[in-house]
Amino acid sequence: MTEHKHPNYIAIWWILLAVTVMEIGYSFLKIPRPILILGLVVMAVFKAVLVALYFMHLKFERKSLGIIVGSTLILAVILVSVGISEHVLPRP
Amino acid sequence: MTDHAIADSHALEPPSATGIAHDKMGMWVFLCSEVMFFTGLIGSYIVLRFASPSWPHPGNTLNIWLTALNTFILICSSVTMVKALASIRDGDLRKLKLFLSMTLLGGSIFLSIQVYEYRHLLHAGFKPHVSLFGSVFYTTTGFHGFHVFCGVVCMAFVTGKAFLGKYTQAHHQGVETIGLYWHFVDLVWIILFTIIYLF
Repeated sequence: MTEHKHPNYIAIWWILLAVTVMEIGYSFLKIPRPILILGLVVMAVFKAVLVALYFMHLKFERKSLGIIVGSTLILAVILVSVGISEHVLPRP
Repeated sequence: MTDHAIADSHALEPPSATGIAHDKMGMWVFLCSEVMFFTGLIGSYIVLRFASPSWPHPGNTLNIWLTALNTFILICSSVTMVKALASIRDGDLRKLKLFLSMTLLGGSIFLSIQVYEYRHLLHAGFKPHVSLFGSVFYTTTGFHGFHVFCGVVCMAFVTGKAFLGKYTQAHHQGVETIGLYWHFVDLVWIILFTIIYLF
């Protein structure tokens, strides 16, 4: 068995909770909607990345696994972006 | 910490061509397909929401604080899950059983609160066929809830095996595999909570 240290899971837990509380507070702010949405998306993605990197141990996995997962995420982003562009980009 | 220290802690497992245990690779490939499944749901929600001339504020219909509590519970269950894996990697079977039981409890509470929320919303007249928001809400959160339910069933199985002493410091792939699934379900909820309840 390889000897190893574990990441500080409790510290990550605190960060996740703190960002969740920030998110909820931020959602009640009376600010322009695009800024509100952008801020919420950034915080949600930050939390999701923390879970993937530390709880799912993606940070410590082999690069080949990162490429497999990364490819899927690129496709996911393309799919959502195409849907959004339909309504955001000016129509000809 | 060495780069692959944590990933290679199952060094006694049979070797694979990729250097990644077959169970783990299988779960990752499955999770990649799940990413596309939820992307389809989330993408549909975004397209419908942008296309809709008016959309009710979620806070007027949904109980954000109750769901925030549920989010807290799911995040906590994710921590107990990862602590369970860390425990068996350290050879501590007692802590493995404790943390797996806590994870199972967390998942069960999450589902119970979701059922309570659904009952309350349905009773208040917020039904899937009443509005576009209702349809999207029940579809996305319902599919996520189903995933949590499947996770709880699998977690009960893994917890049972832990109590029977089936896992050791050298052989605990089942704990890691269900852990990956559980964290994924948590990750998806982090996104869903934000876009469904807070936007």
